[in-house]
This record gives sequence, C-alpha cells and structure tokens, in this order.
Amino acid sequence: MGSQALTDLSSAPVPPRGPGDHVRGEGEELIVYVDLGCPRCAAAWERITALPARIVFRHFPVAGKHPRSPTLHAAAEAAGEQGSFFEMVDSLFADRGRVDDPHLWRRAEQLGLDLDRFEAERRSQAIADRVRADFESGIRAGVSGTPAVFREGQKVSLETLSG
Amino acid sequence: MIEAGEPAPDFTLANHKGEQVSLADLRGRKTMLVFYPGDFSPTCTDQLSIYQEVLSEINEAGVQLLGVSVDSSWTHNAFRKKLGLDIPLLADFHPKGKMSAAYGAYLEDWGTTNRSLVLIDEEGMVRWVYECPTPLEIPGANLIFDAVGKSSAD
Repeated sequence: MGSQALTDLSSAPVPPRGPGDHVRGEGEELIVYVDLGCPRCAAAWERITALPARIVFRHFPVAGKHPRSPTLHAAAEAAGEQGSFFEMVDSLFADRGRVDDPHLWRRAEQLGLDLDRFEAERRSQAIADRVRADFESGIRAGVSGTPAVFREGQKVSLETLSG
Repeated sequence: MIEAGEPAPDFTLANHKGEQVSLADLRGRKTMLVFYPGDFSPTCTDQLSIYQEVLSEINEAGVQLLGVSVDSSWTHNAFRKKLGLDIPLLADFHPKGKMSAAYGAYLEDWGTTNRSLVLIDEEGMVRWVYECPTPLEIPGANLIFDAVGKSSAD
C-alpha cells in the first residue's frame, strides 16, 4: 500500500446548494443540518418550514445521542428515491414515538411508496454514503449540535430568523 | 491555560475501567486531551457523541482522543455505555480537578473542568491548545483535524 487516502475533515466552508440536495420552499436560502432523531430538531422543524425561505436539508445523524437516527436518515433518503423525501421527514418529525422498522414500513405505505424498493434502498451503501457525505460536510463547517442553520455561508441562530 | 511549546504536566489518573493512566503512557502517539465539564450534561453529550462519529478518522490521522472530567471512573463507565463511546475517559476525581488545574482547565466557580482541547505530541510536548470562551460552546471536530494537520506540517 502506498499513501493511504485519509478522510479530510478539517475546516471548510459549508458547501453551497448542489444538485444532490433536498430543497423545499422559495425565498432566502437556508442550509439546515438536521438530526431526525433529535427532539430539538423536531421542535424547530415546524418553525423552519414555516419561514418564507428555501430550505436546503442536510443530514447530520448522531447515533450516540439518538441510536435510531442513522436508520431514520436512510429511510428519508430512500423515500426521496421515490420522490417523497420531505413527506417522510415531516412524517418522522410529526410522530417521534414510532420509529421502529414496522412503523417505517407503515409510513412508507401511507406515502404510497414501493415497499420492497424502500426496504432495499434504505439499507444500501449508496444511501449510507449519501447521508455520511452530508454529515462530513457539516463536521467541516463546524456543526457541533443540531439543528444548525447557515445563511450565506454563516452559521446563524434560529432565533434570529424572521418569519 | 497551558500554552503550545510547554511540556505537558505529568499526571496519573484512573480511566473509565479504573486502570491508572500516566502521561508517560501516552508517549509515542499524538494525544488530544478533551477536557469537558461533566458526564451526562447535555452539551458534553453533544460534544462526545459527535467526536465519536468521527473517531475512526481522528485515529487514522494518528491521534488518540482522551476525555477528561472531574467525574469518577464509575460515572465515566456508565456515560460511555450510554452513548456507545469508544473514547477513553480519565477521572480527575480525587483530588478533584488536580490534573485539569495543572493544565489551566479547571473552573473554580463551576467546580468542573473547563471545556478545552490540548494536543500533546509523541514526546509529551503541548503543540496546540483551544480554550472555549464559555463551557457552553462546543469546539467542532473540524478543529481537531485542523490542529493535527497544522502540527504535522510544523
């Protein structure tokens, strides 16, 4: 083996919105790092989505605090493969008490998803890599808690946002 | 707070398993001491959970993390289990905060360790220090990678 490619997690600006991002709404652009298992995020989500803003969703699951978070992020991403990303996010945040696998299947069915495809994709490496890429970009941008909101590349307090 | 370029103060503390760990045991590897106020507190839970998520990358960069607070070995053990942490934790428990104070990372008013990071090189010299302006601020894990990259380039 020659030089080993190390993952570079040193400081870097938050990546601007790209074609792979999940985006909802119109208005001032806010990039938001979210943990789907995080109660603070659930409480903030309603407020964030009510803002007259374009929300760019970034995954930031922290398993130590919320052991189901990686599973929930993969589920949202798998729902996104079938065009229902934000519908799954809204569903998960609206009812945080039901997040075991049978509950995820039920949610997928209620959203009209192909369940077999959902099951295969939420466990895929591609989706794990997609979630991890967001997480690592958040680490490099200095995210140390969720939700973390960036406006014009700068981290801002949720309380400072109008709307 | 101790500064880069100074020798790391010696210490011997019990880890989360009750085993004695001394500065001499860290020789030969870069070590990032992670001083934090207390096991199970919300901010410290956030901090250590996030560091755990990138622990393999930190280790691959040639650095071991070592958490330090004034909690006991037993509490450390429970905290690690609760969060699924692989990061070893040192108990600066008795005399309370002695090691943290030697590094300038003890808050008398709070009775806890102050949140700060100290990078010690293979020879036991302090190479980089970050002291949080308030214990409620979490230094992002990116700062650990910045410090390691900078110290390797020196």
